[in-house]
Amino acid sequence: MENRPVLVELLYQLADDELVIGHRDSEWLGLAPHIEEDIAYASIAQDEIGHANMYYKLLEELGEGKADDLAFLRPADERKNAVLLERPNGAGTYLENPEFEWDYTVARRLFYDLFDAVRLDVLTRSSYTPLAQVAAKIRREERYHLLHHTTWFKRLATGTDESRRRLESGIAKAWADLGGLFSLGGVPTSEVFPATTTDLVDRFTAELKPLFADVGLAWPAPMLMRPPLGLDGRRGQHTEELAALLETMGEVYRTAPGATW
Amino acid sequence: MVTEAAIWAALDDVKDPEIPPVSVVDMGMVSLVAVDDAGRVRIEMTPTFVGCPALDIIRRDVTQRIIQVDGVAGVAVAFVFDPPWTSERITDQGRQRLASFGIAPPVREASGNLLSLDVVPPCPYCGSRDTHMENLFGPTACRSIYYCDSCRQPFEGMKTV
Repeated sequence: MENRPVLVELLYQLADDELVIGHRDSEWLGLAPHIEEDIAYASIAQDEIGHANMYYKLLEELGEGKADDLAFLRPADERKNAVLLERPNGAGTYLENPEFEWDYTVARRLFYDLFDAVRLDVLTRSSYTPLAQVAAKIRREERYHLLHHTTWFKRLATGTDESRRRLESGIAKAWADLGGLFSLGGVPTSEVFPATTTDLVDRFTAELKPLFADVGLAWPAPMLMRPPLGLDGRRGQHTEELAALLETMGEVYRTAPGATW
Repeated sequence: MVTEAAIWAALDDVKDPEIPPVSVVDMGMVSLVAVDDAGRVRIEMTPTFVGCPALDIIRRDVTQRIIQVDGVAGVAVAFVFDPPWTSERITDQGRQRLASFGIAPPVREASGNLLSLDVVPPCPYCGSRDTHMENLFGPTACRSIYYCDSCRQPFEGMKTV
């Protein structure tokens, strides 16, 4: 296949994005603001891990190795997820003194869901039919995530002074990493992915600006197209937090290789 | 000679692992049944949700049921995404069976707008339209949680996708 290297690179970005944010989502279980949100995050995490699994299976079909190995065994410097998605939910860990930030989660999740919606639209036009078909299906599911986080975004923005102040701080924190989402790394614009970074940014901005205006939030400064510290996750550059996440996520898989569940 | 009709009839015995009264045919998950001269059966199914953990169970249950049909020499079950599953694929019988299990069938919207929170399903217990959404997400990926303000019963509804 002529475009195979580009396709493989793109699929790693998609799979790694969904896997890493799905893991962060799962860390909210038992810690979310209320029981309905625990239930919501169980579903959302399950959706994202399911999507990651699907993308890894497409890689498996292309001869990249077993889907589970791709998910659990690749070292951090081979991962292609955006840095925004690997950031912890807050201070502490799931087990020790979790001081997770719901405001940051809502802002990060909304930005990612919107970006993902824009990206999925592009993917449905990919020349690689198996990917276009999967994207058409996943897009229908992701709409619920976007709706959910849009609702939360409005609720925090228009709730109390404190909820609004916190949301603004969450937005500022997520915004600093936002540019990294739009990096295409080693994926040039082609029939496999018929869009440029500028196309993605423009569509994202056109969707998000009215939402900020709706709730009276000031539009932040233009997004940094290079993340701070010069880390571009799409090129395998990551924070220490990703290595820790992978260590936790793959622990059982590595402990009992070959076990079936 | 195995007929496709015989396979479809047998598939109606295979229930959704999470919703026992509803078959995989009711759910609109079966997109193709083909039988060759040697009695080998190929079944294409379309997942309701990509991350649905029940898919492997469904594949196993379908294989086990179909291999019992007289004249069947082999069964292959493949999950496909074209066409994608949508809640419009649930049959009328499937909608009735969902409601009988206390799950409101997906709301049908003429507007094509998939995600209006204002449109709520009637209560599957008392039929009242005086219901509201409690949580967009529910106990499985494909369901939301509602509350009936008339009979004061919480209930689940299949998502419109």
